Amino acid sequence: MSHRTCINIGPFHPLQEEAEFFQLYVEGETVVDMDMRTSYNHRGIEKIDESKTFDQVPFVVERVCGICSASHPLAYIQAVEEIAHVQVPERALYLRTIVNELERIHSHMLWVGLAGHFLGYNTVFMWAWKYREPIMEALEIATGSRVNYANCKIGGVRRDMTEDLLKQIDKACADLVGPLDMLTKAVLDDPILHARLKTVGVLTPQAAKLYGALGPTARGSGLPIDVRRDDPYAAYDRVDWDVCTAPDGDVFGKAVVRLLECFEAVKIIRQCVKDMPGGEIDAKVEHIPPGEGVGHVEAPRGETFHYVRADGSNRPVRHKVRAPSFNNIPTFKASCIGHKIPDVAIILASVDPCYSCTERMCTAVDADTKKPMYDFAEMVRLSREKTEKMRKEW
Amino acid sequence: MTVALSKTEIPLTGFVGQVLQRLGEAVVEVEKCDRRRGFARIDPARTVEVAEKMIAMEGCRLATATGVDVRDGIDVLYHWAFEPQGVVVTLKVLAAGPDLQVESIANVVPAANWIEREMHDLLGANFRNHPDMRRLILDDSWPEGVYPLRKDFDQVADRPPLPPNQTPPDVPPEKRQAE
Repeated sequence: MSHRTCINIGPFHPLQEEAEFFQLYVEGETVVDMDMRTSYNHRGIEKIDESKTFDQVPFVVERVCGICSASHPLAYIQAVEEIAHVQVPERALYLRTIVNELERIHSHMLWVGLAGHFLGYNTVFMWAWKYREPIMEALEIATGSRVNYANCKIGGVRRDMTEDLLKQIDKACADLVGPLDMLTKAVLDDPILHARLKTVGVLTPQAAKLYGALGPTARGSGLPIDVRRDDPYAAYDRVDWDVCTAPDGDVFGKAVVRLLECFEAVKIIRQCVKDMPGGEIDAKVEHIPPGEGVGHVEAPRGETFHYVRADGSNRPVRHKVRAPSFNNIPTFKASCIGHKIPDVAIILASVDPCYSCTERMCTAVDADTKKPMYDFAEMVRLSREKTEKMRKEW
Repeated sequence: MTVALSKTEIPLTGFVGQVLQRLGEAVVEVEKCDRRRGFARIDPARTVEVAEKMIAMEGCRLATATGVDVRDGIDVLYHWAFEPQGVVVTLKVLAAGPDLQVESIANVVPAANWIEREMHDLLGANFRNHPDMRRLILDDSWPEGVYPLRKDFDQVADRPPLPPNQTPPDVPPEKRQAE
């Protein structure tokens, strides 16, 4: 029997720059077992939510993750709407869909870029992040912020979109198709990427089911599961789109699914803009009766699951948040064993793990006076100025 | 205290009804059964048997579980999602008694592994026969027996002190003073 060594990756991941801790047990170059630990940044959001009113909770839960900050509030809101039997106006459903799909595009492009970076293919990184930027701008102009959109509320959405803005979003999406096509072909036809990604980190459909894998991780293993189609919310049952799957379960399959989903997202947004109904953007909700509700939303990384229990007061008794990476990260146990160490680096990135570590804030301190250069109010003012400027120039 | 749980009059219709019917006598109370959602309470002695039946069903996966601190103990809610029906069936088990024990399903459904560890960390429910009950959420320095998600835990007053900062041993003493 050969000598067994333990290789530590973390607790601060050198590439993903997030707090996670993997221990790889290797014999030679081959990984024979692994262990993992996360939750170095646990913020107790579920406990905080119990002390917030139903209307305040969406602003807390969108801070669960800076990338899924449209999906988490929507899942929570759907759970509450299920308890209170709220009928959401049509226009609000379409507006929700647009913001959620813009979020999906920017998240998938971010992953494609990072995956290229992990493999040492920095051209892909630069392309992907360059073409992602117009989508981020569209989000900022539509919602006022690049992250934490504060878009949804119980009963509808908080902001309407003008005809002009919808046209601009449509144009940003239409302009993305060409570069996205180029990027997809560059990635899918690249022999080096084939060699690095095919048959690497295979997650079988059986393992995906047992581990409860979600989103592109499950669809890359040939499981056609997608909450948007299976349990339609927002306007997903009113537009025409397809669930993208790949049969092999390897890292390449997951990349294919993510790239193809960007095209589907563009398709969905453009249909929503075209079919946008008029009318109200929110329904009046006066009281949340006692009861319990389940809300789930297909976030870019998979199903985001929220459970809310109400007792008739103005605060939730219990609010459970389950982000998709909570189910996807344990699948490494099924997909990493037997691979060489250099391959494991990309397998660990393949599920697009998200550790929700956006809770920290940096302050710039003047070197001479030792005083913070910007306080919170100043930063809010600057960011609002920037958004206004962008809106005028767009 | 024993409370006779009567089977409520909710008709078992649609796909959710079929799922609950397949579980048979293990279901002791149906709380909701509509087109998209089902809520039911199951016999705590048959948790593993129910989990085996559920995961064997076509298109079923464990979405997650929720622990709720209730008067009689910790309510453990397993949320099972079905694709492509888009149905979520929530099966509840009460971890009651002084030791708050309930049978673990992580040996049957690996997806339950982390979430049961989380419920153990945050709420103090004890899962019998769990394959790997190490800490997942709480820091190693967090005191034993303090459960931050319980209703009687106050976020400010009950917060345990932070562990002392550990200075690396290779830092010379004069530098330690400066810090």
